[in-house]
Amino acid sequence: MGKGMSYQIPEDEYMYSGDVACPGCGAGLAMRLALKALGPRTILVLPASCWSIIAGPFPYSALSVPVYHTAFETGGSTAAGVRAALDMKSDRETTVVTWAGDGGTFDIGLQALSGAVERNENFIYVCYDNEAYMNTGIQRSSATPFGAWTSTTPIGHTKDQPKKDMVGIMAAHRIPYAATANIAYPEDLVRKFQKARAMKGSRFIHILATCPPGWRIASDLSVKVARMAVQTRIFPLYEVENGVKYTINVRPKGLPVSLYLKMQDRFKHLTAEDMAIIQENVDREWERLEDRVASS
Amino acid sequence: MEKVIIGNYAVSYGAQLARVQVIAAYPITPQTQIVEKLAEMCASGELNARFIPVESEHSAMASTIGAAATGARAFTATSSQGLALMHEMIHWAAASRLPIVMANVNRALGPGWSIWADQNDSLSQRDTGWLQFYCESNQEVLDTVLQGYRIAEQVMLPVMINLDGFLLSHTSEPVDIPDQALVDRYLPLARRDLILDPDDPHSFGGLVNPEHYMEMRHKMHQAQLQGKEAAREADAQFKAIFGRSYGLVEGYRLEGAELALVVSGTIASTSRVAVDRLREQGEKVGLLKIRMFRPFPGEEVGELLGGFKKVAVIDRNISFGHGGIFCQELKSALYNLPKRPQVYGYIAGLGGRDVTPQTILDIAELTACRNVPPAEADWIWVKV
Ligand SMILES: Cc1ncc(C[n+]2csc(CCOP(=O)(O)OP(=O)(O)O)c2C)c(N)n1
Ligand code: SF4
Ligand SMILES: [Mg+2]
Repeated sequence: MGKGMSYQIPEDEYMYSGDVACPGCGAGLAMRLALKALGPRTILVLPASCWSIIAGPFPYSALSVPVYHTAFETGGSTAAGVRAALDMKSDRETTVVTWAGDGGTFDIGLQALSGAVERNENFIYVCYDNEAYMNTGIQRSSATPFGAWTSTTPIGHTKDQPKKDMVGIMAAHRIPYAATANIAYPEDLVRKFQKARAMKGSRFIHILATCPPGWRIASDLSVKVARMAVQTRIFPLYEVENGVKYTINVRPKGLPVSLYLKMQDRFKHLTAEDMAIIQENVDREWERLEDRVASS
Repeated sequence: MEKVIIGNYAVSYGAQLARVQVIAAYPITPQTQIVEKLAEMCASGELNARFIPVESEHSAMASTIGAAATGARAFTATSSQGLALMHEMIHWAAASRLPIVMANVNRALGPGWSIWADQNDSLSQRDTGWLQFYCESNQEVLDTVLQGYRIAEQVMLPVMINLDGFLLSHTSEPVDIPDQALVDRYLPLARRDLILDPDDPHSFGGLVNPEHYMEMRHKMHQAQLQGKEAAREADAQFKAIFGRSYGLVEGYRLEGAELALVVSGTIASTSRVAVDRLREQGEKVGLLKIRMFRPFPGEEVGELLGGFKKVAVIDRNISFGHGGIFCQELKSALYNLPKRPQVYGYIAGLGGRDVTPQTILDIAELTACRNVPPAEADWIWVKV
């Protein structure tokens, strides 16, 4: 930490030790950081995902805030009901937060999410994105990146579509706030949650959440890999206000994507040509992002 | 105050009088006026509730669940395809032990598309843990919405109130709209414990290992069974305050009868006409209307039908490969009686086909002619 900088992450803990995440789980760390920003007046809605397990079995809970476990595709809709009930009690202080995986967000829950944010329901929707259905054993989702191995995109038939642009889809709903976040940039992550918490209407935060077993990385490399995703521009850190105002929050070095890909055995089979395709795609997306920043 | 209203508005007025706080619903024929009316009431301030115009029935039930889990009195209404789409969340609502009330307008399932009356939609939800009522008149619909909340909030299970598509949903009848002050006395809004509340944090619905799951389901089953006593109490209190009651089942002209017709929904009112006609002709025929389907009022049915020689069950539904669903339920309720009647099964009125007094007379005659029930149910007037 440089001179003049202070530690900006609240010390309060709302996640107990004793959760059942794998060692090095990015989704676990993301929750711990997010709750520090959200505070105790938070109600969590947890659709089916690894987090249904991480939170611990009955009668335990790894979280000190109230949690409602709900069905896979209902992150948007269940939260809307919770919010409505709080409104009827004139409780304006409590924040309703849905915490869903990429499968629950990009795929099966997209309809309910789109419905909720189109109505500008007053809640924060968080997608912790480990780029596959991890809870069921690493199957592809529409968040799985081009070329990645998963158990349903085996070697020889790895995914040949790029990752869906989820923040773009959210921005197209013109919601007040959409942002990306990353466990390797905790200050940025916490600031975004604090900012989102202070706003009203639908807010969407997309967190890249490394998954050692699913990405075939050592558990102690979780944060490094996450940082490399930002520095190679594979997962830029930015925010979009009202669907139009784009801001890049961390200036990446623009390292070659191969550095990121080579850290993970889910990309082990990639050829130099595959990596070139990925690099091209990342460069194009980065330019598009810069254009949006420039024109907003 | 008496008003002439369609069955759908009877539902809306019932929900309004119950002072529901959150409504999440999606339109489907023949349910639409229920939600249109409620949306209007919320907009005009006649009803102080949040109306969530969700993008599907699956979301309607999920939002209703979210609201109920946070302590609100929550309501929704649907029909047919919508109910089928909700299925996953129908289970979720019951196993979450939430006192939700939902109106379902009984309508046939596609394909081929049919918007007409048929009970297969709600009966497909039989094993979800919801209490189920089938109504005969618009008055009964309104009253059962009020009774529904009283029962649901006592046993902590959701209640489904069924009314036949068009035959009630779109048919106007005079309905006494109860006085709000009396309803408030009947159905006070109380704060519930164990809700989503940052001041008293709990985790709901998470992972359950085999050592606890079975106990949770056993409690659900016990709560279902308690639903009978809760329904009796709700009905008795209702009578004390509003002067009307319905029972879990209702016998009509069963005294001295030799044949009992067993029916539900609007077929009950048609059957009353047919039974009156048969009685005028000296035929000893009576009627048993089953109003509560879950929990199944097996003892009541056994008491009323135990002494009969013949019972004819008319089902506006079909469990493919087995027969009418009320008929199966009835048989299983009667099986262990020392003396049990013959049970004749009839399938009628699927997909909105008319069930007229003549249909009922035909069924009574067919049953009278027979000595042994056929292995398979008769499909009345079916063209084969
Ligand atoms: C309707 C339905 N279909 C399938 C499942 C099985 N299922 C549970 S979690 C899950 C994958 C979750 O993936 P994601 O949302 O990415 O979260 P992750 O497990 O990766 O953290 C699946 C397929 C389910 N619970 N419900
Ligand atoms: S499988 Fe991945 S996302 Fe799931 S708990 Fe383990 S590390 Fe976390
Ligand atoms: Mg995932």
